[in-house]
Amino acid sequence: MANTSTTPPVRQHWAHQLLDWVDARFPLTPLWESQWGKYIAPKNMNFWYIFGSLSALVLALQIVTGIFLTMNYKPDALLAFASVEYIMREVPWGWLIRYMHSTGASAFFIVVYLHMFRGLLYGSYRKPRELTWIFGCLIFLSLMAEAFFGYQLPWGQMSFWGAQVIVNLFAAIPVIGPDLAIWIRGDYVIGDATLNRFFAFHVIAIPLVLIGLVVAHLMALHETGSNNPDGIEIKKQPKDPHTGLPLDGIYAHPYYSVKDVFGVAVFLLVFSIIMFFAPEMGGYFLEYNNFIPADPLKTPPHIAPVWYFTPYYSIQRATTTDLLYVLAAGVVVLVAFYWREIPRGLWRKLTLAVAAVLLVGFYFIEAKVWGVVLMGASVLFFFLMPWLDRAPVKSIRYKGPLYKTALAIFVVAFLVLGWLGTEAPTPAYTRLAQVGTLLYFGFFILMPWYSKADSHKPVPSRVTK
Amino acid sequence: MTRISRIVLAAALALAAGANARAAETGWKLERAGVDVTDRASLQSGARTFVNYCLGCHGLALMRYSALTSIGLTEEQIKDNLMFTADKVGQPIATAMSARQGKEWFGVAPPDLSVIARARGADWLYTYLRTFYRDASTPTGWNNALFPNVGMPHVLWSLQGERALRTEELMRDGKPVSDGHGGTVKVSRFETIAPGSMSAVEYDRTVRDLVAFLVWAGEPHQLARHQLGIWVLYALVILVFLTYFLYKSYWKDLH
Ligand code: HEC
Ligand code: HEM
Repeated sequence: MANTSTTPPVRQHWAHQLLDWVDARFPLTPLWESQWGKYIAPKNMNFWYIFGSLSALVLALQIVTGIFLTMNYKPDALLAFASVEYIMREVPWGWLIRYMHSTGASAFFIVVYLHMFRGLLYGSYRKPRELTWIFGCLIFLSLMAEAFFGYQLPWGQMSFWGAQVIVNLFAAIPVIGPDLAIWIRGDYVIGDATLNRFFAFHVIAIPLVLIGLVVAHLMALHETGSNNPDGIEIKKQPKDPHTGLPLDGIYAHPYYSVKDVFGVAVFLLVFSIIMFFAPEMGGYFLEYNNFIPADPLKTPPHIAPVWYFTPYYSIQRATTTDLLYVLAAGVVVLVAFYWREIPRGLWRKLTLAVAAVLLVGFYFIEAKVWGVVLMGASVLFFFLMPWLDRAPVKSIRYKGPLYKTALAIFVVAFLVLGWLGTEAPTPAYTRLAQVGTLLYFGFFILMPWYSKADSHKPVPSRVTK
Repeated sequence: MTRISRIVLAAALALAAGANARAAETGWKLERAGVDVTDRASLQSGARTFVNYCLGCHGLALMRYSALTSIGLTEEQIKDNLMFTADKVGQPIATAMSARQGKEWFGVAPPDLSVIARARGADWLYTYLRTFYRDASTPTGWNNALFPNVGMPHVLWSLQGERALRTEELMRDGKPVSDGHGGTVKVSRFETIAPGSMSAVEYDRTVRDLVAFLVWAGEPHQLARHQLGIWVLYALVILVFLTYFLYKSYWKDLH
């Protein structure tokens, strides 16, 4: 070498050398820094912000425990039930793995429901986070599919008859229904072929989709930055001259890393109390009747889905011919109510066409089919939240009494529908479920109106405690 | 915690309190079994009753004889006292009766009882095994108050004795009491026709032991689960404290 440098070369630690080697070939450090290491988050994120990290934790837990279950589970109608019990009895630590997975499934829905509720509280779905929200809704749909398929695997009475009820709903669709049902089942009845394909969906197809969606969800979030309980965009704030961060921004790492670790510890404590001392959770997490092997000849007197599906199941059961009359009237009233808001021309024609199709459909197509449609719609409406909410502020802290009341009614309707879904229907319960259904949909459909008509408080420029 | 989080927590607790009760299809009231799965003598006595009175028709096929070592029996004891239909302790506790024979003889094949306690619950089993009564109108000559027209005969009759079920209208001031739906309130009671070899107290204890055994057999690792659970909870409580102080120490210089 021609010129010798005056300072001796700094000998780097081997780990740094390795990192440099990787970074020259793969953007590892940039990825880490953009996604977490140098991610700037609002400093006022509270309790409600833990559930995203917890959802990711539970996803990882389900995948790892699922892999171990798959090593001993047999997706065969004759062997499935006994293979799950084999896991419980003979596989070393099998009972622990199985309970982690079955408790994990319910825990997944608890944390995801709370995570979504946070969105409703603080307007996290509003511009610019629409895509984060939509990816989240897709995750929720996939999660429902994942749990539905997973629930078939132990092949108990509830597995079998739950699948029977759901697939029969599709069979009620006019013209294509019967063939569609056969196509889904892979047979004329729920049987071995169905179990095999549900297994394939449960262990590989849906988990792949879920992981992909979670990555997209997080990338979208880290692009726009996190919302916060005040609904203030910290990116729009002036920068602190010393740190160069927005006035209310802090580094996610280490601040939220340590806060999340604490949240994880609390979660694991609650999770372990349930898993070790009440894994059936009074028949909600593991239904008692699912300890009876599937018997196609013996219909159980009362078929109830697992708790996390019961609100939707209630909506489906509430859709009787009576309700269709109310819905028909509702469509007419809604079109009249929103008429002046709808842009002239194509949009108005389209609205009329959709309304006409619905009215004719209510008249000619069985209520059961509309039940399936409403069940689907009850999830799909979440996708529209970013455009339904017209309030000038994001967070419930600055919203007026109308939104607060609507959200409270929605939550009560959701819980009551959930409870009704676990009960055998009676005429009084069905009425209650119909009221609940109308309130559930009212929350979404009337939102463009009440969110605009509502009063609101001024939003401060800095986050509050 | 914010006000909203408190409301959510309260709602969750209220929901958990109203747990999904197991259904007793008839209105017959379930009686508390009060089993203790940590009582090995009780489990062993239950295992003996099961092998002597139930295994002829029902298997515990998801379990091996060797699993009985974890309720304190030695392999010798298992072989000498409990194994009639198998010759190796590694074999499943299966019944000699085939499903087809069962169906032919009783109209319904007697189900495997490995996880029956998880499906029905201890109280249901305890009540069921104590409410058989004589009924000339059924093929077996027996009926059950909790499970009407059951296909199973009263296999423990020699212990409990034979009883009849008397159902009468509940009378108050010489008049039947209305049930508010156009009918009258009925009360049922058992009447001994022929006494068995056990007193009522002894019989109840035998049934309680049998049910305890079935509860244990429904999930043989449940005791290990509780024991491990305690240690895990201790560890997690410590972890919660540590991570809380870590969190607070990092956040204290933020304002
Ligand atoms: C003679 C054969 C026979 C014997 C011995 C016998 N059972 Fe049964 N058991 C049956 C039959 C048959 C049924 C099915 C009844 C039905 O579904 O109508 C049955 C049903 C049951 C059920 C109800 C299962 C359910 O949830 O549907 C329980 C519990 C039960 N037996 C427990 C016992 C116990 C405990 C013993 C020993 C004390 C025993 N049985 C001995 C024949 C027998
Ligand atoms: C993504 C989240 C997941 C959810 C919500 C979920 C949910 C469920 C549910 C509800 C059950 C039935 C519960 C029971 O055990 O009784 C189940 C069983 C099962 N799951 Fe999953 N699961 C998930 C991921 C996975 C993955 C990734 C795999 C495999 C790679 C897997 C493999 C299995 C197997 C083999 C069973 C049957 C064994 C059993 O019933 O215990 N699961 N799952």
